Amino acid sequence: MTSPRLSRRLPFFFILAGAALLLCGSYIGLFVAPPERMMGEVQRLMYVHVPTAWNSMLALTFAFIAALAYLAGGAWKWDARMEAGIEVGVVLAFLLCVQGSIWAKPTWGVWWDWDPRLTTTAVLLLAFAGIIALRRFVDDPGRRATWSAVATIIAFADVPIVYFSVKWWNSLHQLQSTPQTVSSAFHLPLRMNAFGILFLMIGWIMLRSRIAEARLESELAPPPTASRFRDGAHAQLGGSR
Amino acid sequence: MKQLLAALWKEGLLQWNLRSRFFAVAVFGTTSLLLFSFAIGPSAQALRQYSAGFLWLALLLSSTLTLSESFQAETEHRALEGLLLLQASPRALFYGKAIANWLQLALLGMMLVPIMVVLYDAGTADLFRLAGIILLGSAGLSAPGTLYAAMVAQARAQQTLLPLLLFPLVVPVLLASVKATSLLILGDPMGQTGSWIGLLLCFNAIYWSLCGLLFGRVVEDS
Repeated sequence: MTSPRLSRRLPFFFILAGAALLLCGSYIGLFVAPPERMMGEVQRLMYVHVPTAWNSMLALTFAFIAALAYLAGGAWKWDARMEAGIEVGVVLAFLLCVQGSIWAKPTWGVWWDWDPRLTTTAVLLLAFAGIIALRRFVDDPGRRATWSAVATIIAFADVPIVYFSVKWWNSLHQLQSTPQTVSSAFHLPLRMNAFGILFLMIGWIMLRSRIAEARLESELAPPPTASRFRDGAHAQLGGSR
Repeated sequence: MKQLLAALWKEGLLQWNLRSRFFAVAVFGTTSLLLFSFAIGPSAQALRQYSAGFLWLALLLSSTLTLSESFQAETEHRALEGLLLLQASPRALFYGKAIANWLQLALLGMMLVPIMVVLYDAGTADLFRLAGIILLGSAGLSAPGTLYAAMVAQARAQQTLLPLLLFPLVVPVLLASVKATSLLILGDPMGQTGSWIGLLLCFNAIYWSLCGLLFGRVVEDS
């Protein structure tokens, strides 16, 4: 069992560890690792681009699992986690599209190309941004949780179909970069940044779901006296619908 | 099955009473087709080349008008709640509504084809296959569209929310339908139409079952 004080501080530990790893990994990637033979200095973007891609998918997969868990059990905490997963995933997917564009201009000569992975990320970004909008326009917490869980499952099921449809349509992206497909000189910064962004993502999701839980508490609690407000709200959040 | 037939009958009556709305949407689709040609210019060759894309974009835009109002009768008088209290199966209600929306969109698509032929000189001799692609494409729009319409009918800003949720999701449907229609109009020397039809079938199989499964949860909280 973790103490309440430790669990309160845990997200900040993750964020600090993530930021430190990301700084070190980026320093090694920018100044220590050799430039790639064909792409030269542009390749250094890979050290943030590839980890952002992995972690945006992880965050959205977490949101999908939280959506399934909410529909299966109806516990409010899963709604808060789903909201956090979607928002962090959307931010990472947006960063991924921006990095992809910065990469595309010197590499392919255009800011945007209709490549399967780039297009799938853009579609995913818009689909999940739509779910964030849905959450903003539904006031009832029960409806909001169920509807956004349903929309998350529907949007997540679309990922492989969008990927394959765009792949058939057009493909330009190079082979996916992983420690197995890149030179060993690039492993260290790639791995450090991957774990750095992973820790940052975990910390952000924990903090964001804490904010979502606090909002749910205030929405679910009956208005009267202060003491009953807190006890009642905690009892409802801890339980399920 | 009996409940599904009853739901279909209800939808048939509703659509008949609201037939003027269908014609208004058809006029909207025609106007969209006309406007797209202004974006390209008067080049007959370019218009013919992009005609399939224009047809499906017109149908997609028109679908938001059809879908967003498809739950209006149910929400205005809390009829959906009444149906659920009468122990109507949510799945039958979903498939009744989705099939009605599908047929409406397919009919609209087929009505837009002659306009496309006239405006863009983009005809095809294989009308049966074109009708099949329109049926498959509109089925892909209507299953997730009906589910989202049930949600947004009770949310604020429903006119904005529906396209925001639906458009990114139906990218594969749009892509496959445009490619298949385009191959039919411009010729298919490599025999690729079958793959795009396969993709549409796959999308429909996944979303018609998934949306039917999840619809109960959506209306439970209505």
